[in-house]
Order: sequence, then structure tokens, then C-alpha cells
Amino acid sequence: MQIVVDLTRCQAYAQCVFLAPQVFSLPGEEALLYRPAVPDDQLERVHQAAAACPVQAILVGEEVSSGAR
Amino acid sequence: MPGDLRDGRIVIVGASLAGLRAAETLREKGFTGSLTVVGEEPHPPYDRPPLSKQVLLGMAAADTTGLPMRPGPPMSPDLPMRPGPPMRPGLPTRQPLDADWRLGVRATGLDLDGKRILLADGDSLPYDRLLIATGTRARPWPRPEQAALEGVLTLRTRDDAARLADRLAAGPRRVLVIGAGFTGSEIASACRERGLPVTVAERGTAPLVGALGGTLAKLATGLHRAHGVDLRCGVTVTDLRGDDSGRFTGADLSDGDRIDADLCVVALGAVRNVEWLADSGLAAGTHGVACDAGCRAFDMYGIVTDDVFVAGDVSRFPHPLFDYQMLSLEHWGNAVEQAEVAAHNMVTPEPRRRPHLAVPVFWSNQFGVNIKSVGVPTFSDQVVIAQGSLRDRRLVAVYGYRGRITAAVTVNMAKWLEHYQRLIETAAPFPPGPGAADGHPLVTEFPLPSDVPDPKGLSHGPTVALTGHLPDRRLTVVRPAG
Repeated sequence: MQIVVDLTRCQAYAQCVFLAPQVFSLPGEEALLYRPAVPDDQLERVHQAAAACPVQAILVGEEVSSGAR
Repeated sequence: MPGDLRDGRIVIVGASLAGLRAAETLREKGFTGSLTVVGEEPHPPYDRPPLSKQVLLGMAAADTTGLPMRPGPPMSPDLPMRPGPPMRPGLPTRQPLDADWRLGVRATGLDLDGKRILLADGDSLPYDRLLIATGTRARPWPRPEQAALEGVLTLRTRDDAARLADRLAAGPRRVLVIGAGFTGSEIASACRERGLPVTVAERGTAPLVGALGGTLAKLATGLHRAHGVDLRCGVTVTDLRGDDSGRFTGADLSDGDRIDADLCVVALGAVRNVEWLADSGLAAGTHGVACDAGCRAFDMYGIVTDDVFVAGDVSRFPHPLFDYQMLSLEHWGNAVEQAEVAAHNMVTPEPRRRPHLAVPVFWSNQFGVNIKSVGVPTFSDQVVIAQGSLRDRRLVAVYGYRGRITAAVTVNMAKWLEHYQRLIETAAPFPPGPGAADGHPLVTEFPLPSDVPDPKGLSHGPTVALTGHLPDRRLTVVRPAG
């Protein structure tokens, strides 16, 4: 599973950092960093983070598979 | 069925953010015809912003930034489609994105009369409607023999990022970054965070000056210096030097100085991928492919086409908030929103088509701060610090043009962005009154000139180009009939 954060919307409420600290981090006051590829054992936490985001900026989903048609 | 916009053949050229979001939107809007997405790179759509941040910091590998697809519409039992994986256990199964991905093949031409896309492998793809989303590429160092030195890189693609991350991890003695736009500044920031000595050379007066204007760009200068970047502004790199085995060893500057470095990143801005359209008859030039507010491409006579649409970095479109000047934006958010509008209009009859009127927004994370912009800061004559302070590197700068608000830039105050966006959308008077920022008095009492430079004098291109109403050179070409 992959994630992308719409950083146009993100206002650094940091709910995701509390819920999935191994995936999201906030090294400055507002500058969010995240791991785009979600490890399997973090998936449930990432779904919780996506649901909790006050501005709904986190999208979780499959990437287009390389052999896709 | 002819005339049914939800059927037929749609081809999207460009398999990045805009191409993917357009493909999804077409299916969400009920398009059931054949959908083909052509991409020059062999990789499925991936996200670029992490390439200059997480990837260079070693937090994520370059090949892990694949873009997630949006959940498709819920599966309907009467649709003969393969079941996709449920997004989460217990949620209804969603339709997978039904598209033919032609990855690793470049489009080489467009035949408007024959309604065909020509591909580098000799194949051609017929279409009923076409979306052009070919984006941009990194502007290379202008002297090919110097650009070919080992250790001279650019950063645009996932493969570029993998190479650069490997080089940074190997611990170069010094990195030279040419160009202090957003990409160059983010690379310099990553180098410093990794403890690497870095020199940044910029022809303009300050980093980010092309996007923020000279007044606010002083803050960017302060950020570079405070983080130990060897910042050289007002200079041009005249030559890249290499040793006998073709390895980069350093550069000569226009002020006579020499930089010794073993890694060079050329961050001179972007070039629009329009060459494949040169003989197409579309209004395609250095600023991109011109289109109307509904994303329909103009031909070289300025006549709008019916079946050719444009979205993302390669487009150039009129915006009413900025005197209907044609904007070329290199923004993540614009790629998404314009792709959605284009896709909507491709499958919607004319009276229900939508205009692309979104106010431009971009962001950059560098040196530990979050810089966000709404509106077009370079469409301004004055700027005022409305909240916060330069010293704390936490502020809102508001830009005005002839007495109305046209842009705002926040530094570590992103929550205010929406407020100023509304002021821009309603053409609120500039400078903003004390009440405008929720009762906060203005920090600077008088507006200052925003000091917007001529982009020609910069190493980095602007990420927003105001390209005016002037036609591209293509409009001077008249082809004889027959």
C-alpha cells in the first residue's frame, strides 16, 4: 500500500504523527515528512491516521502495478 | 455510439500525477470507453515532491514513491469487471482503474487531422479525445560535454533521485548546487541535514527570488546562511571542470572564484515537454501548450480545439484573477485540479463544462520551515508582513497589485492560508486592514516594493510564469494549404 499526502491541504495538525509515528514525522513546526510505501504492519495505523486527519489530506491506496493493463 | 461522450477512445499522453488523476476522474464520471495512458518512463505514476526531500535524506528509497490510486466507484454487480481489493477489510469492494498503461514508450507526434498519436516504437494510437499531460523535464547544463561529466546530475525523475541519493550517501567532499529555486534550495537543505558541505550558486539576488520577489527572498538568504550553506548570489557558473578520467572536480564562477567540489546538481528549472507537438499545429511553445479555462487546447491560430485537452505543468491557461494572463504553473495541486477539470469536460456536454479557476497554491519544506504560497506573488507591486516576524521565521506576507490582494506567503503559519485565499478570490483591498487578519495589527506599517525580478536574470526559472497574451512563435508559422 502507498500513501500520498496533499501538502497543499496539510496544516500540520500532526494527528498522523501521533497515530503512526513510524510513517509520519514532523521534524520542524510544520514540515511534514512521510514514508510513501507503508509497511504491512503499519497499515492499520495509517488507515486510522487518514481517517483522523482534520483536513483529509492523506490518501491510502494501491499503486498502478507495473505490468498493468 | 457516436455523440456519446461516455463512450469512444480516450488517450492520455503523460503518466504522472495529472495523467493518473485524469484517468481516475474519467472513470468516476462514467466514461466506459477505451482508455489508454502513455508514459515515457517505464515506471507507473509516482510522486515527485518526496524525491527532493525524503529520498535525499535516506528516509525512503526513490523506487517507493509510487502514487496511490484513488478508490474507484463501488463495485456494481451488473458490471462485468474484475473485482479489486477492498480498501480495508469490511469495506465494499471498489472497481479497479480500468486503463491500458503503455509505459516506457515516448509519444513522438500528434496527427490532428487523422486523430492519432505517434509513438517512438512505430505504433500509433487512434483517439476520439486526447489529454496532453506531458509535463516538464529538468533543464540540462547548457554545455553537453560538461553536463556529461561523471558527478554532474539533475533532479526531476525517480531515477535521477536514486542516483543523487546514492551519491549523497557516499559522502562527497562538497556538493555544488547551481540554481537556488525550490528544487535547488531543497537539495541544499538535504545536504546540510546530512552534514555535507554545500555551495549554492544563483544568478539572481537571493534564493527563491523568482517565486517570492526580492523582499521576502531575504528570508531565504537567511535560512541558507543560518544552516551553513556557502551561498553565492549574483554570480553565474561559467564552466564545469573535470579531470582526465571525466570526473567532475569543480566549477568556475563569473566573479573569478573557483569552487572545488566532487558532486554537482544542476537545478536550472524546467523545460516543457512540447517538442513532440512541434508539427502538430497546436499552440505549443516554450511556455507550454496554450488552452482555455476549460482545458481545451488552442491551435496555432488561436482557435480552440474540440477534442484536445491539456493539464498539468505543460499547460498554459488564462486566469481571471490575474487579468486573464496566461499562467504556466509547476504545482502539484494544479496538476490534480486541472486534470480533474479536463477529465470532467472531456465527458460532459458543453453547457455543463467547468472552468479551471483554482487559485494557485504551492509549498516547500526546506531548512526545517514550511513555506506555502497562495495566489501569484510575482503578480504584485507591493508586499507587507501582515503577521509574525522575519526574525522568528514565522510570518504571513501579503502581496498586492494596484491596491488589491493577489497573493500571500506563509512561513510556518500554514493555517492562515485559507483566510488569505478568500481575500484573493474576492479581490480584497491591499494592504489588508487590521481586521483582515482576525484583528491582528499589521506587522509592517507600510507596504514595501515586492521587488519581482525579471526571470531572465535568474538561474532558476519561476515556478509560476505569467506569459501574457502574447502568442508563441508558432503563431507566426502559416502552412500552405494542401
